[in-house]
Amino acid sequence: MSDDTAGSATAERGLQGATEALASFDESDAGVIRRVQAFLHQFPTSIPFIVLLLGVVIFSIAAPSKFFAPFNFSLVLQQVTIIAVLGVAQTLIILTAGIDLSVGAIMILCSVVMGRTAVVYGVPVLIAFPLGLLCGTACGVINGLIVTMLRLPPFIVTLGTWSIFGALNVWYSQSETIRQQDMEASAPFLQWTGTIFKPYDFFSKTLGLDWMFLKGWVLTYGSLVMLILAFIIWYVLNRTALGRHIYATGDDPDAARLAGINTNRTLIAVYGLAGFICAIAAWVLIGRIGGVSPQAGQTANLDSITAVVIGGTSLFGGRGSIVGTLIGALIVGVFRNGLALSGLELLWQDFAVGVLIIVAVTIDQWIRRISA
Amino acid sequence: MSGTPVLQARALNKRYGRVVALDNADFDLMPGEILAVIGDNGAGKSTLVKALCGAVIPDSGTIELNGKVVHFRSPIEARLAGIETVYQNLALSPALSIADNMFLGRELRKPGFVGQWLRRLDRSAMQRIARDKLTELGLMTIQNINQSVETLSGGQRQGVAVARAAAFGSRVVIMDEPTAALGVKESRRVLELMLDVKRRGLPIVLISHNMPHVFEVADRIHIHRLGRRLAVIDPKQYTMSDAVAFMTGAKVPPEAALAA
Repeated sequence: MSDDTAGSATAERGLQGATEALASFDESDAGVIRRVQAFLHQFPTSIPFIVLLLGVVIFSIAAPSKFFAPFNFSLVLQQVTIIAVLGVAQTLIILTAGIDLSVGAIMILCSVVMGRTAVVYGVPVLIAFPLGLLCGTACGVINGLIVTMLRLPPFIVTLGTWSIFGALNVWYSQSETIRQQDMEASAPFLQWTGTIFKPYDFFSKTLGLDWMFLKGWVLTYGSLVMLILAFIIWYVLNRTALGRHIYATGDDPDAARLAGINTNRTLIAVYGLAGFICAIAAWVLIGRIGGVSPQAGQTANLDSITAVVIGGTSLFGGRGSIVGTLIGALIVGVFRNGLALSGLELLWQDFAVGVLIIVAVTIDQWIRRISA
Repeated sequence: MSGTPVLQARALNKRYGRVVALDNADFDLMPGEILAVIGDNGAGKSTLVKALCGAVIPDSGTIELNGKVVHFRSPIEARLAGIETVYQNLALSPALSIADNMFLGRELRKPGFVGQWLRRLDRSAMQRIARDKLTELGLMTIQNINQSVETLSGGQRQGVAVARAAAFGSRVVIMDEPTAALGVKESRRVLELMLDVKRRGLPIVLISHNMPHVFEVADRIHIHRLGRRLAVIDPKQYTMSDAVAFMTGAKVPPEAALAA
């Protein structure tokens, strides 16, 4: 009996403590895990960054001479450039809580439009290239119009347009590839993104600088295009009202609308911009393979989503960054390259990428729970 | 009653199919007052308020703001006219910062070339104004103006929404159930906040089910019943149970109140 009374007294004391805690604003005694969560919430890009560093360290140990070399890093950078450019487009879409399955199809269609118009139909590149950019933008705007006007889920819309743009690609290209030599003869500008660029030579020739750490790096102009593009989109997202509206639209569309944002216009702008970026990716693609192949880049869709997700952008919209996507693309590149150089078969590369995706989404879910 | 109403509605009608939501409803908001709007569920009070803030377009009737007839077709038009609404769901974007949320949909751009051509936002100005507004309302317990709204407590979020409305509402602030989702202590702060806003000269329309809160802060109470204004009462002359009785039809209000 006395035990019982003591027990209930303890219980009541506990209750009192709990009630006070509920009513106060104090949140000071956060545990270590909670603090880590808060840190990651504030700097979500830190995780992909750490993963990238870990990858570099691990593969430097596993394949020391082959992996940790400027030439190899250059190779990785060249390999991920196209996916990174598409990833920038995909980031915009995913920030609005959408998804674009048609980015790859738009890219290939644009590369065919640019290449075939210039090479096969003999139209000057000065017209063929903008025509390709226009084509990409138009494809994006069509996606955006269907998403907003018919109020269909972006997944379904872009699943449909993926097929449609793919069919248009077959129609316009007639499944013919354009060879490198033909491209070189009539439209070398389209190959410019594949041109090699040695930073060391550049700085020593123009500025007379002897920067040893740049020795051995072999970049392409495509990588530079990617970096400039990423910077521009970063600026739009973080320094302009449109950027804030994109985040708000993805975060809570109803709240955004009540706050006075025209969410439909924002969405159409996002899809149109993404289409334009896909056309830029087409230009980089032509540079990389030298010509135009209607069958190229089949896995580009899912690879771009992978880069975005591993880069810490939330599939539920409203949070994520361009820097994260670039790092995400690099992570995929570094893991594939490192595993290959460590002598593992291709299947283990796919395995590792799969694990990375699931871990990334798990962490995202955990970070989001901070508001609870 | 003296002076001209800030916001006035006459003979508003609104039907949804066969349901009459507003039946010749009148409404008057006087300068510098807190007017509570109460009514049973389905009495049409939320339709009334939505008509005032532009979310619903009435079938007939007139709305006047400072004596001028207005026709709002969207909440944005009402907002441009100086009517700010704090929605029950707050209309805040959780992942964005406090400063971003306060300026959502009306961002400031930097002056000159960078603002006009590069569309660059003037973040320092927005942060400064946001901080000033929160300080004015005694909300600077919120330390970091750049922390995301989802890291705030319910009361603090409400505070941000109220501060936003108070900062930009030049004529009227409408608050829809501001204390419904809050605990005791947090409700208290929001009520104090409302009195602060009133002291600064902005009239408030308060929609609430919480009688103690209504009787505490309201200067007049608009009782809505069956799609129209039944009476406007002075909370000092009636009790809460009177108000509930009028609202539910258990008691008929005296002639003086009916005249409104």
